[in-house]
Amino acid sequence: MAELGRAALLLSFGLVLYALVAGALAAWQRRRRLALSAQNALIAAFASTAVAAVVLWIALARHDFSFTYVADHTSRTLPLGYRLAGLWSGQEGSLLLWLLILTGYAALAVWLNRRTRDLVVWAVPVLAGVSTFFVFMLCFVSSPFKTAPAPADGAGMARPLQNPYMLAHPPLLYLGYVGLTIPFAFAMGALLSGRTDERWIVVTRRWTLAAWTFLGVGQLLGSHWAYVEIGWGGYYAWDPVENAALMPWLAATAFLHSVMIQEKRGMLKIWNMVLVALAFCLSIFGTFLTRSGVINSIHSFSQSPLGGWFLGFIVICVVFSVGLIYLRLPLLRTKTKLESLVSREATFLYNNLLLVALCLTILWGVVYPLVTQAVTGETRSVSKPYYNFFLHSFGLPLLLLMGIGPLVAWRRASLRALGKTFIVPAVAAIVTGVTLIALGFGSSTPGLLAYTFGAFVAASIALEFVRGTRARRALSGGSWFAALGELVARNRRRYGGYVVHASILMLAIGIAGSSAYQTVRERGLHPGQSMEVAGYTLTYLRTEQRQEANALAVRSVVNVSRGGSHVTTLYPGKNSYPVEGDVSNEVSIYHDPRNIGDLFTIADQLPSGKSNVLFLKVLVKPLVNLIWAAGFLFVFGALIAMWPDAVEQRRLAERYAPGAVAA
Amino acid sequence: MTTVALALAAVLAVLAVAFVARPFLKEPDPVSDRLDELSDLERRRLELSEERDRALAALKELEFDHRTGKVSDDDYRELVGPLRRRAAETLRALELRAGARHERIPSNNP
Repeated sequence: MAELGRAALLLSFGLVLYALVAGALAAWQRRRRLALSAQNALIAAFASTAVAAVVLWIALARHDFSFTYVADHTSRTLPLGYRLAGLWSGQEGSLLLWLLILTGYAALAVWLNRRTRDLVVWAVPVLAGVSTFFVFMLCFVSSPFKTAPAPADGAGMARPLQNPYMLAHPPLLYLGYVGLTIPFAFAMGALLSGRTDERWIVVTRRWTLAAWTFLGVGQLLGSHWAYVEIGWGGYYAWDPVENAALMPWLAATAFLHSVMIQEKRGMLKIWNMVLVALAFCLSIFGTFLTRSGVINSIHSFSQSPLGGWFLGFIVICVVFSVGLIYLRLPLLRTKTKLESLVSREATFLYNNLLLVALCLTILWGVVYPLVTQAVTGETRSVSKPYYNFFLHSFGLPLLLLMGIGPLVAWRRASLRALGKTFIVPAVAAIVTGVTLIALGFGSSTPGLLAYTFGAFVAASIALEFVRGTRARRALSGGSWFAALGELVARNRRRYGGYVVHASILMLAIGIAGSSAYQTVRERGLHPGQSMEVAGYTLTYLRTEQRQEANALAVRSVVNVSRGGSHVTTLYPGKNSYPVEGDVSNEVSIYHDPRNIGDLFTIADQLPSGKSNVLFLKVLVKPLVNLIWAAGFLFVFGALIAMWPDAVEQRRLAERYAPGAVAA
Repeated sequence: MTTVALALAAVLAVLAVAFVARPFLKEPDPVSDRLDELSDLERRRLELSEERDRALAALKELEFDHRTGKVSDDDYRELVGPLRRRAAETLRALELRAGARHERIPSNNP
């Protein structure tokens, strides 16, 4: 069936190429039927790509090792779920998934916006252009449908990938990465058509929010995967590929905020175009990093011929975006000015500057080793202190701004009004800060600041809900609960946004607690010996072995007690995989409800030969579970913000109805 | 297997081509093949509509911020006037355009 897969991809290539050429021609010459035909070609390309993906999935499910890709990435012992996830465990398959999502998004965007002809006609060639690049790679550079005489068994899947997170983390990330193409395409479509009204923003608002949510959740799942699977005791290592996902997310976060200023004040049109292009180009840059083999990372695929192609495509995207924005500058300039530096829009602007500054410093950290290697031939790396410095420098003010923004009115705010709204959060922050210093939390200045600012943000968000609910209740009566519901329903974006802010606050507190105030101890223990860590007593009892399906599992048995009472038994150890010739750290974690944290144990060195000493590494990470809980709140808030608002939709329909604007 | 695969691929290609050609097959001889385009007048109307919505939303937000205590009485008094004026101006401009349109397009009803 590889022929069918190849043919389907070739058909997709023909269709997207047609959509690119016919779409551009139709938009240029204002030919209606040709434009519709180009749109149909994009939709058909999705169907054709779906056929190719199904062919590969069937081959993966049926152990068809005549497909080189299947033989390279799966084996007979691999469970069905992982076999199906094999689609995104290798270079070629993940490119196919990328194309599947891209054409799926493009088809859906075209279908949903088929009535907005003037805008969608120019978005079609942009979408088709991006799709053409990916399908070209799949047809002519990195095909998942190469065949060879089938071996008796496949090479298997890389061990860290054999984890349930593998089923969700990569597809969610791809849904996020690829989703950023839609706002980019419509923004560029608006520029190409010479339209600088807000239509493209209205059309892509939910797409951007959805892509941003997927990217955020994908990263969080990836962090949890690293935390429980990789076995080094952390969840984010500033790995270039992790950064590659963080950068477009930061750019998209800036865009989601600044676009509100355009909607409310008609300002920042150029800046918004720059941000949407930046987010898209960074998503392609992330793909380049993963696929080019230019970096050594746990995430990256091996050396491949894709790097040059991706670099070329990034250059094209940057030149195209910058050139188009430059050409349309006269249309994008606005007369509206910032009325005051103390206003909601000003805080959004500060937030944007900090987000973009953080994004660009991370980008420099990722690019610097590549540049130095290319220029001097030396291998240099940018390490954790560099990133942490900028995270503290930009992240902490960002956290504080998250609390200040909601308290400041649009346009301008007087000192008296500010004093009135700031009093409660400021008191909360001061009380928290002083209490924490008294309790000894002053050992880490960034941690102390994060907690103090966190108290300010929490009070600010709570105050917004309380004051809003009170005002709504005064207007329409009813119970507090009904007033709260009405408040949120009437302004879903604002209050959904506050819920998302609350989740980011949880995340920040979780990161601060688990990094600034973590305790790390490592000791060699003989059986019966104990070690004390942050109030826990860990006693090494013995080592056990058991043969698992594909590995020899060695586990040390560690008794955990606190204040003389038994808490739990942990089993840190290692797995040896004879087929892959690999050894993995198998961490053992106790989730402590008292500090919402973890007692994290790693068997750094197991007893072997004559030595019966266990080298045990123990990390106590307070509040770390807030990070994972934040994910649920994040999705909940994003859903509130995304949920359709019937009143707003009617207003927008009236604004953009052909009759309303047709003279 | 190869023959079946190629036959399936051929079917897929035919379906795709038919779908792509559909706009031309459905309307082989259309009255107009011209895409709608926003005239300058329509663009201006759209700008005014956005401006109107922006002003009305700002007024609504100001009222609510005033109620919740985020905007003081003095600030409210200072801000509400220009916002109301802007909303009224855009509404008036839109009505004028709508009036002009009705004059140019006579009603079909007797």
